[in-house]
Amino acid sequence: MGAQLRVYKRRIRSVTATKKITKAMEMIAASRVVKAQRKVAASTPYARELTRAVTAVGTGSNTKHPLTTEAENPTRAAVLLLTSDRGLAGAFNSNAIKAAEQLTERLEREGRQVDTYIVGRRGLAHYNFRERKVAESFAGFTDEPTYADAKKVAAPLIEAIEKDTAEGGVDELHIVYTEFVSMMTQTAVDSRLLPLSLDEVADESGTKDEILPLYDFEPSAEDVLDALLPRYVESRIYNALLQSAASKHAATRRAMKSATDNAGELINTLSRLANAARQAEITQEISEIVGGASALADANAGSDN
Amino acid sequence: MAADLHVALVAADREVWSGEATLVVARTTSGDIGVMPGHQPLLGVLESGPVTIRTSDGGTVVAAVHGGFISFADNKLSLLAETAELADEIDVHRVERELERAKAEGDAHAERRADVRLRAAAGR
Repeated sequence: MGAQLRVYKRRIRSVTATKKITKAMEMIAASRVVKAQRKVAASTPYARELTRAVTAVGTGSNTKHPLTTEAENPTRAAVLLLTSDRGLAGAFNSNAIKAAEQLTERLEREGRQVDTYIVGRRGLAHYNFRERKVAESFAGFTDEPTYADAKKVAAPLIEAIEKDTAEGGVDELHIVYTEFVSMMTQTAVDSRLLPLSLDEVADESGTKDEILPLYDFEPSAEDVLDALLPRYVESRIYNALLQSAASKHAATRRAMKSATDNAGELINTLSRLANAARQAEITQEISEIVGGASALADANAGSDN
Repeated sequence: MAADLHVALVAADREVWSGEATLVVARTTSGDIGVMPGHQPLLGVLESGPVTIRTSDGGTVVAAVHGGFISFADNKLSLLAETAELADEIDVHRVERELERAKAEGDAHAERRADVRLRAAAGR
């Protein structure tokens, strides 16, 4: 076998191996998307009921709570960015990071100092590489987040928002995550979690035009709201984590599918080149044999005379 | 008598139980509370403790609930909890082991959770 042909054969073998791997990753991601979607659906009843309750307290009482009233002059904001631990997911992480950077820029233009909280190694690596300050980061659970993980993420954020701004607390809490719209579409979105705007909450839960009953609060409206809002934040973060995980798996699936397709195409091209090289080799061998034979024949003919 | 209650017991990551009931007893921060059909709209903070649901067909469902809320309006009652387990799902032996471990380690929180689970399991 000629050198050229050997090189082609070797490359085909390596691309075939890569194709097998990407194909397997595609299939794993596809099954995980379904699982993640199911988890999003399973967490919906809790989030819906909680949102209803928050709306009920917020509208049914005249309670003023630091978490529902806007600071007159907000000076600090926290941004929570959800990325994944691992890459190979196309533009998934860079889209989320870009959205967070735009939000940060906007907040800074409005005169707010921004504390960044990051979930996922990818986002953290991006910020560390640029030597930007990260208030706190979390990693290790982005593929399959549990409610306990959401609590862990929410705890420092709730603590920061409850603290006075002068003592290092924040006035606002924003979250940037990738919304799972469908298998093919995932969009990076940012939304403000706190202070709560009740209109928005009512919009989301579909209770906008519904007249909520006058609740009896046990023990009191303030206490209920005190207990309710941290849970609300946790549940929103949990939902965002789940959606982000589902989006990541969908993005991985798509990236791996195109990798598999590309590998297939490359294998085709390389096989054609290898065939051409083999054919050229055979042609050359034949012409060498024919050339050699006719040279011999010529020599023999010469000696006969 | 008014129509039965529609009860939904929801944990953060799943719906634990839902169905019709005639009475729900839960523990709020200011004491046990019983809700029957036609109760005034209510929103309360739950303590860790067992929740008892008397279903319309005469059965009883007991669940261990760790923190959360009870909300009731229009004969619809929802119990929201970060974690909730039906008494049938609780493995008594495992929880007893957990209780011992929690006691040994002096983890008051874990001890309380295990205790609530055991009480719920005993009440089924």
